[in-house]
Amino acid sequence: MEFCGSHTTSIMKNGLRQLLPPNIRMVSGPGCPVCVTDNADLDKAIALAGVPGVVLLTFGDMMKVPGSRSSLEKARAEGADVRIVYSALNALQIARDTPWRPVVLVGIGFETTAPTIAASLLQAQHEGIENYFVLSLHKVCPPAIQSLLELEGVQLQGLICPGHVSAITGSLAWDFVADRYHVPCVVAGFEPMDILQSINMLVEQVERGESKVEIAYRRGVRREGNPKALELMDMVFEPSEARWRGLGVVPGSGLALREAFARFDAGLVFDIDAGPTMSPAGCICGAILMGVKAPPECRLFGKACTPAAPVGPCMVSSEGSCSAYYLYGEACV
Amino acid sequence: MSERILLAHGSGGKLARELVEGSILSELSNPLLARLDDSAVLEVSGKLAFTTDSYVVNPIFFPGGDIGRLAVCGTVNDLSMMGAVPLFLSLALILEEGLARDDLVEIIKSVKQASEESGVSVVTGDTKVVGRGSADKLYINTAGIGVVAGDVEISGSRARPGDRIVINGPIGDHGMAVLSSREGFSFSSLLKSDCAPLNGLVADMLAVSRRINCLRDPTRGGLATTLNEIAVQSGAGIIIDEARIPVRDEVRAACEMLGLDPLHVANEGKLVAVVDAEDAEVVVERMRANPYGREAAIIGEVEPERPGKVVMRTRLGSSRIVDMLVGDPLPRIC
Repeated sequence: MEFCGSHTTSIMKNGLRQLLPPNIRMVSGPGCPVCVTDNADLDKAIALAGVPGVVLLTFGDMMKVPGSRSSLEKARAEGADVRIVYSALNALQIARDTPWRPVVLVGIGFETTAPTIAASLLQAQHEGIENYFVLSLHKVCPPAIQSLLELEGVQLQGLICPGHVSAITGSLAWDFVADRYHVPCVVAGFEPMDILQSINMLVEQVERGESKVEIAYRRGVRREGNPKALELMDMVFEPSEARWRGLGVVPGSGLALREAFARFDAGLVFDIDAGPTMSPAGCICGAILMGVKAPPECRLFGKACTPAAPVGPCMVSSEGSCSAYYLYGEACV
Repeated sequence: MSERILLAHGSGGKLARELVEGSILSELSNPLLARLDDSAVLEVSGKLAFTTDSYVVNPIFFPGGDIGRLAVCGTVNDLSMMGAVPLFLSLALILEEGLARDDLVEIIKSVKQASEESGVSVVTGDTKVVGRGSADKLYINTAGIGVVAGDVEISGSRARPGDRIVINGPIGDHGMAVLSSREGFSFSSLLKSDCAPLNGLVADMLAVSRRINCLRDPTRGGLATTLNEIAVQSGAGIIIDEARIPVRDEVRAACEMLGLDPLHVANEGKLVAVVDAEDAEVVVERMRANPYGREAAIIGEVEPERPGKVVMRTRLGSSRIVDMLVGDPLPRIC
C-alpha cells in the first residue's frame, strides 16, 4: 500500500502500474487529508463561513468538497467571505490587515501542515493578534496506520510510507509497523524513480523474509525527523481523538489546541450549529480510503461522480484516489 | 499622488472628453479612429473573421506584460488561429473609480505598442467608469476583424490520423507568472508571461504550408484542454510525448510546489498546430526562425484509435490519459 495520496497521484500520473509485474498490486491508502475529513467537520467549516463578519480561509482543495448540504464554494457564492490561502503565514497576514474582522483558518492536514499552523499561532500570540482563529482538523498518521492494520480484510505485504510526513516525524514513526505487524516499510519520495526504487526495496524485504523500516528518500527524510517542527507542534497542539472518513474515530489521531491557545480555537470561540450530518448515498469513499475497494468498483465512479460534479471527497482533492484514477485513468490506455 | 479616475470621467461630458483625448486618442490615433463618429466605417474585401474577448486579469500589471498588451494579443491571436490577417480592433474600457490615471496611461501605451507590433489599428472604442468596488481597477473588451485568404481552411475539426502536433515553445509561462505575482510567491521573479501576438508567426507558417489543418491558442485550460477540444471536434485520438513537450524548469518547479500540471496552465503566446506529416518538419523549421517560435517542436501526432481522447507517453514508457482542466485553479489570469 502507498499510504500517501501524493504517491497515488504520482503512480497514476506516471502510469507506474503498467510497468509493474502482475504479482505486484498497489493498493491506495487513506493519506489524503482532505479525503479523510469527516462530513461533520466539513459542516463545521461551512457553518463558520456563514457567521456574520467572518473571513474564512482555506487551502484550495477544500473549496469544492461537499459536506452534508453545501460546500465552501457554494457558501462563497451565497455571500460568505471564503478565500484561498497558500500558507498559514499568509492567513496571519490577512488577520493583521483586517483587525476589525474575525479571520478563521480551516486547519486541515497531516504532520506536514501542522507545524506551520503552530508557528502562525505562536506568532499571533507573540504579536497579540486577537482576530486570528484556527479550526483544527489536523490529523497525525501513525495511529491511523495502526487502526488500518487492525482492520479485517486489510492484508498488506509492504507499506510505502509517506515522504513529506516522514520528513517531520522521522522514519522511526513507522518502527511499530515493521516490529509489531511485520509489514516491511520504505519511506519514498515522489518522483517516479523514487517510487519504483521503494517498491523494489519492499520486494527485496519480502523475499528475504524481513520487515524493517528503510528510507529511499534520504534527500528529504532522516530517521529522527525534524525536531524543531515536532517541538512547535507539541507547544501548540495536544493529541485528541479524531474521526476519519472510512476509519471512524481513531484515538490520539487528532491535534487539538492546547489550553494556552484556547482563545484561538475557532471550535470553542464561535457558537456554531452545523446541523445533522448526512452522507451521500452510494458513495464508497470510506472503503476506497481503506484500500478495501478500488475507485472503479464504485458504481458512482465516472458517472454520477466526476471531478466537475463530485459526490465524495476522493474525487475532489488533487491527492484523492478517485480523482487520480479518473484523471489519469489507464482503463482505456 | 497620481491623479485618479473619477465617476465624472465616464459621464460623457467635458471630463470624459478630456480623458479620451488626453490619455487614449493621444496614443492610439489613426485616421479611422480620429473621426470620432458613432462607428468606424471600414473597407475590407474577402472572407472576414470576427471575434471578441474580455480581459479581467488580476493583477493588471504582471511580469512580461499587462492587461493592455493581453487585450490586443488575445484578440489578434484568436483571429490568427483561423489563419486570418488581423486588421482592426475595437477597445472598450470599464474603469473603476479611483484607478490611477498613470496606470491607465501606461496600459494604453501597451495597447499602442502591441497593436503596432501586430500591425492592427484600434478603430473604435468606448470608456465607462463604474463606482469603487463595482469592478476591479480595469476591465477591457476588444473585438477584432481580420481577412482570411481564399485558400486557407483551418478548423479544430480538421485533424486527420497521421498529422503531427506542433507547439511553438514552452508551456505554462503566463499562468504561473500571473499567479505567482498575484500571490507574491518568492519565486515570482523567475517567471515571465509569454504574452505575444502570433499573427506574424502564423503568416510565416502559412507561407511554407497550406496543409496546416488546425491552429489553436492554448490559453485558459492549457495545452491539455486545447488538445482535447481538437480530439473531440475532429473525432480522432491524439498521442503526445512527455519528453518532447517544452516546459521551463522554473515553471515545472512552481507547478510542482502548487500541485498544478503545466499541461493545464494558461499560455498567451503559444499556438498548437496540427500539420500534415509531410509538411511538419518544414513548418517547424520556419517557425524556429521567428522570435515567437524559436523553441518550436513536434510533440505528438493524431491517430485513428481512441477518438476524442488525448494520451501521453510518459518518460518511463508508460502512458496515461490527459484530460481537460476541470474547474479553475487559477481564476482571473486573462
